[in-house]
Order: sequence, then C-alpha cells, then structure tokens
Amino acid sequence: MKMARIITFTINGKARKEPVEANTLLVNLIRERLTLTGTKYACGIGECGACTVLINGKPALSCLTLAAEADGKDVVTIEGLNDKISTVLRETFLEEGAVQCGFCTPGFLVMSSYLLKEKPKPTEDEVKKYVKGNLCRCTGYIGVIRAIMKASEKINN
Amino acid sequence: MSINTINTRILSTEFEYFEPSSVEEAVNLLGRYKEQSAVLSGGTDLLVRIKQKRIEPRYLVNIKRIDALRRIEKTPELLRIGAAVSLLEIEQYDFVRTNLEALHEAVSSIGSMQIRNMATLGGNISRASPAGDSPPPLLVLGARVNLRETSGTKSIPLEEFFRSPGRTIMKPSELFINLEIPNPPKESGTAFLKVARTGMDLAKVNAASMIMVEDNVVQSCRVALGGVAPTPIRVKKVEELLIGEKPTDARFADAAKTASDEVRPIASSHSHKRSTAQYRINVSGVLVKRTLQLARGRSLERK
Repeated sequence: MKMARIITFTINGKARKEPVEANTLLVNLIRERLTLTGTKYACGIGECGACTVLINGKPALSCLTLAAEADGKDVVTIEGLNDKISTVLRETFLEEGAVQCGFCTPGFLVMSSYLLKEKPKPTEDEVKKYVKGNLCRCTGYIGVIRAIMKASEKINN
Repeated sequence: MSINTINTRILSTEFEYFEPSSVEEAVNLLGRYKEQSAVLSGGTDLLVRIKQKRIEPRYLVNIKRIDALRRIEKTPELLRIGAAVSLLEIEQYDFVRTNLEALHEAVSSIGSMQIRNMATLGGNISRASPAGDSPPPLLVLGARVNLRETSGTKSIPLEEFFRSPGRTIMKPSELFINLEIPNPPKESGTAFLKVARTGMDLAKVNAASMIMVEDNVVQSCRVALGGVAPTPIRVKKVEELLIGEKPTDARFADAAKTASDEVRPIASSHSHKRSTAQYRINVSGVLVKRTLQLARGRSLERK
C-alpha cells in the first residue's frame, strides 16, 4: 500500500530530490534524512510550534505536514535563516535571556523572523499574536517578547 | 486512547496518497474509494486524528493542489471561498475585514498563526465540531455550501449541513467545493465573540450576531451559537424577539435570557468537555447580548 515517490524541493536554498513514503512526515524527512536537527519534534499534534518551518515563506508545522506535500516547494528551517533579521534575533534572544533549555528556540526564531519580515515594527500585541502558537516550558515569554521588540529596534535603527 | 500512549512522532498508518490537480480527478477518487478515503486539506485536524488512530483511511486525497479550490472571489452579489483557502488568507482578505466583521473575528481567533496558515475553511466546516468558530458567523451571514460528486453538484444552506458532532450531510463520495456568502444587508453589522480557556483552546461557547437597524428599529437580525448543542445553531426565538423592536440594551437583555432558555447543551459531551452545561447556558446569554451590542454599533456606523 505504501508507495514511495520522488519529491523535488529546495531546502535552505539547495535543490534536493528525495524518495519519500506516503506517510513520511516533513519533520521526519528534515530531521532524520537530511539530519537538520534544529527543527524540533515535541507535541506532534500542532500545539507547541517547536517544529515550525517556512514553506514558500509561510510558517507551517512540519509534524502535521506530509513530506510529499513539500514537492515543488521551498522549505526553510532554522539552519537556513542567515539573513540580518535572524542574526539580530539570535543576539537579542541571548541578551534578553529568552533561552533556557533551548528546545523551543528554533520554533520561536522561525516565527519571529517571519514576523519581522512581515511587520518590521510590530507592537507588543502583534508579537504575542505571532508567537501564540509557540510554547516555552522553562523561562516563559517575557524574555522572548523583549528580545523580539529589541531586535525590531536594532534592525530599524 | 490517551495521547501519551501513542507515538505522534510518526504517522504509522499506511495509506495510498493522491494529489489530484482538478476537481474532476478528486471527485472520481472519492467516488471510487468512498468511506475508505479521506480528504486532506490543511491536515491540522486530519493528521492528528490519524496519528491518534481515531481514523485509519486507506486512501488520502490531498486537495491543496487544485487551483479551483484555492480561490477566493468577490462577485457583485457574493463572496465565494474555495474549500482549500487557508484561514489566514480569509483573515487577510479586505472584503472580509471591512464587511464581514464576524467572520474576520472568528477566523482570526482560531489556533495559532501556523495553524491558520495551514487550516482551511472547508476543513473547519466539514469537521462539524459543535464548537467550531467559523460556523456561527457563516450561519448569521446566510452562507451556502456547494458540494460535488461524480453524479452532479448540490448547493445547500449551511444551516442544513450539520447533523451531529463530527457529522454532516456530506457523503464520503462528495467533495466540499466552496462556500458562498451573500452580501450582508446594507447598513447591517455583524460581530463574533467566544469564551475559551486559553488563546489556543477550542471555544467553550461562541456566538455571532447580525443586525440591521433603521429608524431606530431592528429591520433584520440573525443570531447563532456554538458549543451549546450537538451542532452550531441559529437561535430563531431571539431573532423573532428583536425584529421590529427598538435595539435597546433592555431588549438585548431579554434576548440574552431567551438565548439561555433556548440552548440545550448535550450533557454527555458538553458537560465534560471544557465546561459544564450550566456554565454554557449562562455564557450563551452574555455572548448573545454582547455580540448584539457590537453588531448594533457597526450597523449604526454604516449610516
């Protein structure tokens, strides 16, 4: 019943061709086959945001996306975020203590870089709206919100 | 089965996967495999249920690559939203933001940004959750659903679409094509509110109202509630109470009481999931009153 198919897609700017089964999840392909382990698997049911990646520039949960759906798409994981926005966000996350165990951090960084691309000067409410689907179980959200607001200031000055 | 006893890291169920590029192709697949098939759109609900082994479809039909289902179009009379349009696209669509406030408020309140980018309106409706957020606004806006199977098409009012929790009148061989929302009455206003435990949680109770006020008299009014019955419902007694009357807060307080009297949360599921039946009864009235007040304000602003 399982049928392997070959999918063609780009991951972090590089074109790839990979055989996948119908029931392979995108998170399995990214972490196990491509060994890009920055993308985390946590809840598996769309509650926590740790597996967030960008598909064609939009945030998606790789634990609820079939690998086959990535055919023809452009996928960006935390490893592929190397622009100015992401670099500044990495700095401000450290400066503001937005990281403790770090498990949720890749998801937060993917989401906040998407936010700052869409809205370079977000309000605090907009920041909360964008990272609402990302859970942190260690340090809480205050540091994360501060880090994103600070990154926005740094980038715009 | 509890979530902790199963592995959600993988999708262990095996199925055959299709990516039809046309409605005809999709409908043929559903016609061939019927109840053994499932339609995949956003996947935010379907894949979770497959992981949890609540369903085990043998054929998965992904409709997200069908251009005709990904379109949102405005004609002079109505707004047509394809089954595979994401909630985020609807939230960001100008006409929805400016003219269909209740729908805008409902879709923006669903899940997270990631979920809204993936999940579709077709999925939110066909899932037939008694507490789904898009049905109440669509009920007060008088939406219709267009279905298709190999033998032909069908257009039915959304009000006749839901049967019971998780069940609709749709047959396994039918495909949800799109939803049509007629232009709301001129100078009407709509509003949506819900009560949920956290921002990401499902609603305990949700409500939507549409009201048109002219010469200080309610000319037209529709009220719908979710989470208080086996399906989302219109509350026609409230509508009858208000039409032809002055839209005063005192009248709306009567409407709230009528709404609370009218709803019948099903004890078996609705007393246990997320809140008690009595709580839902009380909150229904409050939400009806507040959505009426908001909708009244919007109707008056349109003058």
